[in-house]
Amino acid sequence: MRVNVTVNGRPMTADDVWEGESLLYVLRERLGLPGAKNACEQGECGSCTVYLDGTPVCACLVAAGQAEGREVVTVEGLAVPDGGSDGELGGGLDEVQRAFVDAGAVQCGFCTPGLVVQAHALLAGSDGVPPDADIREALAGNLCRCTGYEKILDAVRLAAARRAESGSRA
Amino acid sequence: MDFLRPTAWPDALAMKAERPEATPIQGGTDVMVEINLDKGRPAALLDLTAIPELRDWSREGGEIRVGAGVTYSRLIAELGTELPGLAQASRTVGSPQIRNRGTVAGNLGAASPAGDSHPPLLAGGAVVEAESVRGTRLIPIGEFYTGVKRNALAPDELIRAVRVPAATGPQYFSKIGTRNAMVIAVCSFAVALDPGGRRVGAGIGSAAPTPRHAPQAEDFASERLDWDGQGPLDPGVARRFGELVAASAAPIDDVRGRAAYRTHALAVMARRALGWAWDDLRGSA
Ligand SMILES: Cc1cc2nc3c(=O)[nH]c(=O)nc-3n(C[C@H](O)[C@H](O)[C@H](O)COP(=O)(O)OP(=O)(O)OC[C@H]3O[C@@H](n4cnc5c(N)ncnc54)[C@H](O)[C@@H]3O)c2cc1C
Ligand code: FES
Ligand code: FES
Repeated sequence: MRVNVTVNGRPMTADDVWEGESLLYVLRERLGLPGAKNACEQGECGSCTVYLDGTPVCACLVAAGQAEGREVVTVEGLAVPDGGSDGELGGGLDEVQRAFVDAGAVQCGFCTPGLVVQAHALLAGSDGVPPDADIREALAGNLCRCTGYEKILDAVRLAAARRAESGSRA
Repeated sequence: MDFLRPTAWPDALAMKAERPEATPIQGGTDVMVEINLDKGRPAALLDLTAIPELRDWSREGGEIRVGAGVTYSRLIAELGTELPGLAQASRTVGSPQIRNRGTVAGNLGAASPAGDSHPPLLAGGAVVEAESVRGTRLIPIGEFYTGVKRNALAPDELIRAVRVPAATGPQYFSKIGTRNAMVIAVCSFAVALDPGGRRVGAGIGSAAPTPRHAPQAEDFASERLDWDGQGPLDPGVARRFGELVAASAAPIDDVRGRAAYRTHALAVMARRALGWAWDDLRGSA
């Protein structure tokens, strides 16, 4: 079947989609957006987290056909398009992405795209720096096997603090 | 496989009548796991997420009618006062991403004995609104669960909504697991007090082939609580209530816990939950 979906602001079409296929598969294998990662395909790890109509969800649990006519934002869509030159660390990155780099919250990086989207959603709905309990609760469905999470919490606090300082909201 | 995507409820009912073997899908948090892990391949998926009316809830008299498409996240955000037991249980489901997609109707469709919405639906006296082209059937929650992962829906029926009496008193949900998130209940318990009707509702999860009421415990507490004086909860009554809840369970040993542990834990959860609820009632008087 054919699926029409707006991804990162651009209308896109995927053809020959199998009816039981996930949105994650369509994004990665048919639309060339490998940002959202495929790790468990059962909703347990959060590495496939994307926004669906503004709400963070596990793309592996959304049937492709359910995304028909809806809006998806992946980690690729968070970066600011003309924010800097290629290869320059920090150039074009969203605040949350930049904070992950600055805080050393990325090791192998497999969990990072999902965590960035989920953290982005948390900060979009908070004023100032959320209490640790709220950060932990928000990230409870995102597994990381490398960092031990401390640097990830640092990154979220850093992004929140910078955001509060600059007075902006996601 | 076919992918059916009705945009109106009558169309969904017509499709289900014509294709009773089609698997309804809402949040997909059960259905997609099965497909991804190749545990079963439905002949067709019947996607209900494009039907606007399923996403609404409404108050009808003393009842809250929760549309089949209302997610846990919305239940938590919008119905914490009207349905505190169900909202508490919803807060413990999976992760934020799962709660943003998962629905109570999906929990009912899956009918897992460990589903978290079941104990509060039992304690609160919910009714499942099942519909087909033949008409609407109101199924009392105690009759809905018919076996392990089996429910009372006919092949041509869909869940339109679940109707839950708005809380008239304190309600609590309690769940045992290894972590504070992403946990399938080892066992779970919900209590609901109805001071006007002088009734206590008690529902247990993950401790029998199906979620079930604890009728002896309900009758005992309804009779013995000091509804008029609202004095402190008699510890003997609380303990006995816990024992009766545990006695109405029929747990098994499995990877998540042993039967003996579940029985013990249920008694403790029930005793404590009744205490919390009773204290709230006294505090609000
Ligand atoms: C990582 C993870 C964690 C989880 N944690 C929990 C947890 O803590 N507690 C818990 O209880 N559950 C948990 N679950 C299971 C699942 O999220 C719940 O059962 C949820 O309520 C399912 O809702 P859904 O809308 O996603 O259902 P779906 O997957 O869309 O459907 C589930 C079942 O219901 C049927 N169905 C759906 N809608 C209807 C309808 N309107 N009429 C008739 N049948 C219908 C489907 O055909 C299917 O059989 C978890 C799942 C995952 C992946
Ligand atoms: S790949 Fe989707 S949650 Fe793990
Ligand atoms: S950085 Fe490797 S899994 Fe998180």
